[in-house]
Amino acid sequence: MKSLLKMTWMEAKLFLREPVSAFFTLIFPLVMLFIFGSIYGTQPVPGTDSTQGAIGTLIPAFTAMIIGMTGLMPVTITLATYRENGILRRLRTTPVSPLVVMAAQVVVVFVMTGLGVLLLAVAGKVVYHVRFDGNVFSMLGGFTLCSLSFFGIGFILAGVMPNARTAQILAMVLLYPMLILSGAAWPRELMPATVARLSAFLPLTYVVNLLRGLWIGESWGSHLLDVAVLAGMLLLGIVVSVRTFRWE
Amino acid sequence: MDTIVQVEGLRKTYGALAAVDGVSFEVREGEIFGMVGPNGAGKTTTIECLEGLRKPDSGMVRVLGVDPQLEGQALCLRTGMQLQQSNLPDRMKVWEALDLYASFYPKAVDWKELLLRLGLDEKRNTPFAKLSGGQKQRLFIALALLPDPQLVFLDELTTGLDPQARHAIWDLVRDVRTRGKSVILSTHFMEEAEKLCDRIAILDHGKIVALDTPANLIHSLDAEERVVFSVDGPLPATFEKSLSGAVRLEVQGGQVIIHAANGCKGPAKGSGNGLVSEVVSQLGGQGIQFHDLRTEQPDLEDVFLSLTGRDLRE
Repeated sequence: MKSLLKMTWMEAKLFLREPVSAFFTLIFPLVMLFIFGSIYGTQPVPGTDSTQGAIGTLIPAFTAMIIGMTGLMPVTITLATYRENGILRRLRTTPVSPLVVMAAQVVVVFVMTGLGVLLLAVAGKVVYHVRFDGNVFSMLGGFTLCSLSFFGIGFILAGVMPNARTAQILAMVLLYPMLILSGAAWPRELMPATVARLSAFLPLTYVVNLLRGLWIGESWGSHLLDVAVLAGMLLLGIVVSVRTFRWE
Repeated sequence: MDTIVQVEGLRKTYGALAAVDGVSFEVREGEIFGMVGPNGAGKTTTIECLEGLRKPDSGMVRVLGVDPQLEGQALCLRTGMQLQQSNLPDRMKVWEALDLYASFYPKAVDWKELLLRLGLDEKRNTPFAKLSGGQKQRLFIALALLPDPQLVFLDELTTGLDPQARHAIWDLVRDVRTRGKSVILSTHFMEEAEKLCDRIAILDHGKIVALDTPANLIHSLDAEERVVFSVDGPLPATFEKSLSGAVRLEVQGGQVIIHAANGCKGPAKGSGNGLVSEVVSQLGGQGIQFHDLRTEQPDLEDVFLSLTGRDLRE
């Protein structure tokens, strides 16, 4: 337990010392919010049937963006680099369990993702007086499910790919189209209908759907498909990442 | 003295290559045991089998009385390991690494004291990536000493370090031993093995070709000892005749090299002193002006090259 706490704290410090991951998790979503906020202000995004202003649509979408980025980039790169550089090899000579190593990663990236979302929500509230129509606990639950199932993808990539470079490239190849097509980086309503059909194949789409729904107060029951896909991913992520964990 | 490591007929193959091919040796408590050999001789593979990081194909390995494959977890509480290829995250600071690794052991020693002892105190806030090679190795030694181990493994500790850093590390290793710990180290510096180790195993092609104390290994070579000095002007012909029988004399420019007779066994120190005093007294007796007199002893490198050959590897 002591080692888990120390390790988590250490990984948190390392996360914040890495300018790229800290920027994309904490700062970049805010920049996006202010860009879109200055375009749409409090008007709804054209084409949505929401009674919410654009910001109310964008905050859950950008939450999905943060989840997609943190799940694929820091998780994948950190673990793959740790293995490639012999950092895990050094840890292997100590009594520390691989579960502690993995758990510390999950906790840190989860907290950082949460911090990014919190900044986003506070900025939305203070600058654009955004309205939240959902239930806070339901939203937290949805956020947790989405985050963990996406971290699973990162663990799978880190575990299956032969080295850090290929893991990172594959993570980017998966991430960028997903951000654009799933409606996480801007509303799907702004894109042609064919893109919407394509987006059904992207895991991040289900994150966007669930979070946007929970934000405006829809029930979990009306999002069973999203929940099923995400829960399946989570399960797969746990099984594969535990099985593919290698020290070197 | 108690045996703390026992290895019998250890074998480990990678595909068709036998990296370690029937190695047997013992390490006694409180000694610095060295493994030397050319690259690819099987040093690291042997050490990694002892550490439990690799599974031997066959043979018996006991470290501190247990099989590293079966009780690796218990073993890593009692051994300290410095690996040939390992790292810490670039942005992790020295004190953070020690603090983190200390939390892995139920009874870790005080890392602040280690920091002082290894001369890392002023680097405590330096990120790992900014440390020099010698400082990184000192940090790895500190990490290896955290569990207060009975046995420390040091795998090619000084490769790539400059002479100052290397000598500083040697002092640290000797200090570790005086604190009652045993050390197993591998190196490809003969000087390092000769100066540091109590006993040395010379490995080649996965086999131990010699195992003894550095002094015995050097004696066993029967290599000749040389006395070298310079003279101004020609050496009188009477000088060579005045030296007793089993000596060969060679003149290179102003330098005279006197070889002790080949194959004269016996206590090397005694015979060496004998040759020097004979040469000096003859020089003095005949009034020959000489300077820069020195003796050249065979060293472990001569032993090593005679056992493993001079052919380039790889």
